[in-house]
Amino acid sequence: MRNVMAVAGKEMRAYFHSPIAYLVMTVYTAICGFVFYSSTAFFSLQSMRMEAQGGMGMPPLSINEYIIRPILGGVLTVVLLFLIPLITMRLYAEEKRSGTIELLLTSPLTDMEIILGKFLGALLLFAILEALTFAYFAVLYLYGNPDVKPLIANALGMLLYGGALLALGMWFSTFTKNQIIAGAVGLAAFLLLYLLDWVSAYSQGAVGQVMSYIALTTHFDNFSKGVLQLSDVVYYSSVIILGIFLTARSVEALKGRP
Amino acid sequence: MIEVDNLTKRYGPTLAVSGVSFSVQKGEILGFLGPNGAGKTTTMRVITGFLPPTEGKVRVAGYDVADEPLEAKRRTGYLPETPPIYPDMTVNEYLAFVARIKGVSRRDIKKRLDEIVEKCAIADVRNRQVGKLSKGYRQRVGLAQALIHNPDVLVLDEPTAGLDPKQIIETRDLIKGLEGQHTVILSTHILPEVSKTCQRVVVINAGQIVAVGTPDELTRRLQGFETVLVTVEGPAAAIIEKFQRVPGVNWVEPRESHESRVTLEVHSEKEKDVRAELARATVESGWKLYELKTSGLSLEEIFLKLTTKDLSEEAAVKAEKAAN
Repeated sequence: MRNVMAVAGKEMRAYFHSPIAYLVMTVYTAICGFVFYSSTAFFSLQSMRMEAQGGMGMPPLSINEYIIRPILGGVLTVVLLFLIPLITMRLYAEEKRSGTIELLLTSPLTDMEIILGKFLGALLLFAILEALTFAYFAVLYLYGNPDVKPLIANALGMLLYGGALLALGMWFSTFTKNQIIAGAVGLAAFLLLYLLDWVSAYSQGAVGQVMSYIALTTHFDNFSKGVLQLSDVVYYSSVIILGIFLTARSVEALKGRP
Repeated sequence: MIEVDNLTKRYGPTLAVSGVSFSVQKGEILGFLGPNGAGKTTTMRVITGFLPPTEGKVRVAGYDVADEPLEAKRRTGYLPETPPIYPDMTVNEYLAFVARIKGVSRRDIKKRLDEIVEKCAIADVRNRQVGKLSKGYRQRVGLAQALIHNPDVLVLDEPTAGLDPKQIIETRDLIKGLEGQHTVILSTHILPEVSKTCQRVVVINAGQIVAVGTPDELTRRLQGFETVLVTVEGPAAAIIEKFQRVPGVNWVEPRESHESRVTLEVHSEKEKDVRAELARATVESGWKLYELKTSGLSLEEIFLKLTTKDLSEEAAVKAEKAAN
């Protein structure tokens, strides 16, 4: 654990020593801010209209449903497809290019300690992004009263979703010395995994169901609604474990077959 | 301290190292000598546990690098050809990180850091970014990194490559100072390095060991004969034939020919001086003798002899053709 933390700390420091962390955080908060403002403005307009029509005996609009859900499920999941490769592309590619991979692999660390350390370092940076998102949502409490319980499911879902992308992105980073390639492969793969859901629009059979199940964002739907479902948690956890496992296999191959 | 037993390493169909065996005693500095691409780096990477061996065993401080990699790695310090630095970190941050992953306990880290920056003469750049240091400093940071956990075994891959002469001397002195406390194996393709820093030399070529011994031993062993260099003006083939018949001469090799003059390398039995006889033979035949001197083999020539056998044979054939 000590070793995992040492590697994670090193990764975090690397993000904040280089422009990457600041770039990702700036882009992310800018997009987040815009989306947040737009949904809130739209929400106020809708609420006022309802008010003007006398409410028609309907309950007031839910903040969770009309502001938080579209932001998380509709926009940020897609934005992260683009930003996460920026976070993961350097994880192994940079070590390979600069030769520091030799330092890591000849240190008394297991491959898994290195992998988990790197994953954890990247996840910590992602957790900061997530905290920024929820800082926006906290603003809602000044003017309204969103439910807390769905927010917990939102937060857990976003962490799992980010973790799944990070684990896969880390795997892509082991392929090459070139960060740009690692990032591009990640982006292409993520977009494809995201678009897989389209199959279900025309194929109702088993293929459509499987594709839709594999698609990265379908499982986020419940989380963005604030619903915690075991199958979704299992899906993202499995992707994380798969990513870590594939990274381990790839690092093994890096060392050359005996 | 280091035992390499019948090590073979293949990259796919390419054989990088084939059946290499040697051992290094505790406190010894062993030079690993060979031309580029001979398999030095590959062998070192197997010793440090970076690459798994295809065949054979490597033991470091009694631990097999394949079976107990963590124990072996804990006792090994490694400086690859390019120092494995993180350019964005300061020297302090970098060494502290390496100390942590090498298993130095948290409360010892500060003390170890102070000692090592002193030893490697990098105390004045402790707070600077590693990426902004000069090549010489970077190399010393690399060395500090390899030494930080006070390993029994130190593996240095071309530690003086790319340094200026003053830095080379400093680095050599630093390595020399490790003698006795650490077991060091260092690779190089530069010869003076070996005679100046190493007690023993392993010469490797095309993935195989071609010679082992102290620098002195190697010189002596390869000189199981006396060599005389003769420069004569006359018909080369006839001269060679004549010299070959001189008693005590083993064989004659043309070295170079220049206009009508040929320089020949005459190898004779040990402790037999054939110079007088050669001079007589030359004069008797009416050729002109320009130079006659004994020649010892420098380490440089030994190295060339051991590692470029095929080339020198080719050169000899060419010279013979030219002479004819």
